[in-house]
Amino acid sequence: MTDKVLMKGNEAIAEAAILAGCRFYFGYPITPQTEVAAYMAKRMPKIGSVFLQAESEVAAINMVYGVSAAGKRVMTSSSSPGISLKSEGLSYLAGSDLPALVVNVQRGGPGLGGIQPSQSDYFQATKGGGHGDYKMIVLAPASVQEMASLTVKGFDLADKYRMTSMILADGTMGQMMEPVSLEKVEVTSYEKPWAVTGTKCERKHNIANSLFLVPEELERMNFARFERYKAIEENEVMYESFMMDDAEICVVAYGIAARVSKNAIVEARKKGIKVGLVRPITLWPFPKKVLLDAAEKVKSFISVELSMGQMIEDIELAIKCKRPVTLCNRAGGMIPSPKQVLEAIENADKGGKE
Amino acid sequence: MEDKHITIFCGHYGSGKTNIAVNYAFDLKKRHESVSILDMDIVNPYFRTKDSEKELNEKNIELMCSSFAASNLDIPALPSEMYAPFCRADNYSVLDIGGDDRGAVALGRFAPLVEKSESFQMLFVVNFYRPLTQTPEEALVVMREIENACSLRFTGIVNNSNVGVQTEKKYIEDTFPLAQKLCEISALPLVMTTVRADLSAQFENIGNIFPLTLQKTIIGG
Repeated sequence: MTDKVLMKGNEAIAEAAILAGCRFYFGYPITPQTEVAAYMAKRMPKIGSVFLQAESEVAAINMVYGVSAAGKRVMTSSSSPGISLKSEGLSYLAGSDLPALVVNVQRGGPGLGGIQPSQSDYFQATKGGGHGDYKMIVLAPASVQEMASLTVKGFDLADKYRMTSMILADGTMGQMMEPVSLEKVEVTSYEKPWAVTGTKCERKHNIANSLFLVPEELERMNFARFERYKAIEENEVMYESFMMDDAEICVVAYGIAARVSKNAIVEARKKGIKVGLVRPITLWPFPKKVLLDAAEKVKSFISVELSMGQMIEDIELAIKCKRPVTLCNRAGGMIPSPKQVLEAIENADKGGKE
Repeated sequence: MEDKHITIFCGHYGSGKTNIAVNYAFDLKKRHESVSILDMDIVNPYFRTKDSEKELNEKNIELMCSSFAASNLDIPALPSEMYAPFCRADNYSVLDIGGDDRGAVALGRFAPLVEKSESFQMLFVVNFYRPLTQTPEEALVVMREIENACSLRFTGIVNNSNVGVQTEKKYIEDTFPLAQKLCEISALPLVMTTVRADLSAQFENIGNIFPLTLQKTIIGG
């Protein structure tokens, strides 16, 4: 037997979470993410762990808050409209410096939108979504194997920095099946002296709280939090570089858009066009430096997205508008074809801005 | 072996039921005039029998499915005309059931009609590379859950073990002992071993190999 199993992306997330030591899952079904909950419903009781279908997304995220405050690894998952509902809780988790793993298998929006894949929650994931000054670590898998490995990574980073990690996948990543190897999971465990676990009258009690009545103290909390964010931006950026060595055009794409782009890049190379790909794996922290460095060498950038153009703003900021950036996109649940991306590359090669 | 008038494919979520059901209908059509395929999936709004509508139409195989199937409207439903194939004596029907016990619930309401037929088979599709059915014992648990949900008993096993496009001959061979063990503990025959069409010629010493032409694949890269 091979060590591989054939899994859906959603199942890979669920199994990887269990391997990462997550023993508490709270969720509410929504397509195209439901298999995460369905898998947890089957697996968690078998290992003496908690699966709970909450009465709503709002309830689920607040259950996550409770378990996280108690110092245990915990996750919830949803798809776009459900993440909007969870956004209040995400802000409270941030304000209380509590770690959690939150999965968003995106579908087309806004509103109820549709059940086909999308990347249009990029702003919501990377710029907040909930209120207040806060960030989440945002991980963007591009294969079922990465759905698993980034889930484990997400738990580790969440604990390390006491904040929420979000897996920002799209419906395709959730639904597609690929062989996965789950044997190489390495989990780091972190001390949680802040956890609300009972003092046994041996220490001062801990409180998980996001309410600060003294503005000076609230300000101090915000500044301290952003010091941590700075460390993350310095230390935790992840990206993949593909055919970038001699590239004159740089495609930037993540998730399913990156896979489509790779096909297009291989085709463009056959036509003699020097093009490469930078695939952000962390959307926050965004791989600014690699793109700024690339701006010294390439003549233009193309942002390939399943949205109306959201990541393109981060690319322009990263390269300080030194080079033109064009958008190649589909929206509403549609996926750019390799042909469409190839045409965008050919246009960029001719120096056109369309 | 004589073809049964009703063939039901059940199994674990994502075990390959729909693909097998479509291919099996194609095969039946070679021998029989009236062949229907019934999409009874109430679990998954994606990857449906209806995705093969064009090919089924071309071969004049009747497709029965909810008008919401593959429509992006995420509503589990079955059309009333689905009762019709059970009433037609000359018809050969393939029933594609949704995954796990959750999916098998939809089959339950047709159980009395199935049992009334003197010619039916209910086949358990297993892929030993899928999570939750990696051993014969785990697979048996899923079998029993499905049987309890639909009030029908399985009559045979289909070994569809694969890891998708990366499947090699050896991967399939490695699962033969597992399939045999599942047959032993469930006291059921191994009815078919399904393999991708381009690999099927490599298994000349194994009986009941059923070659599969895959339905649409997802964008690669």
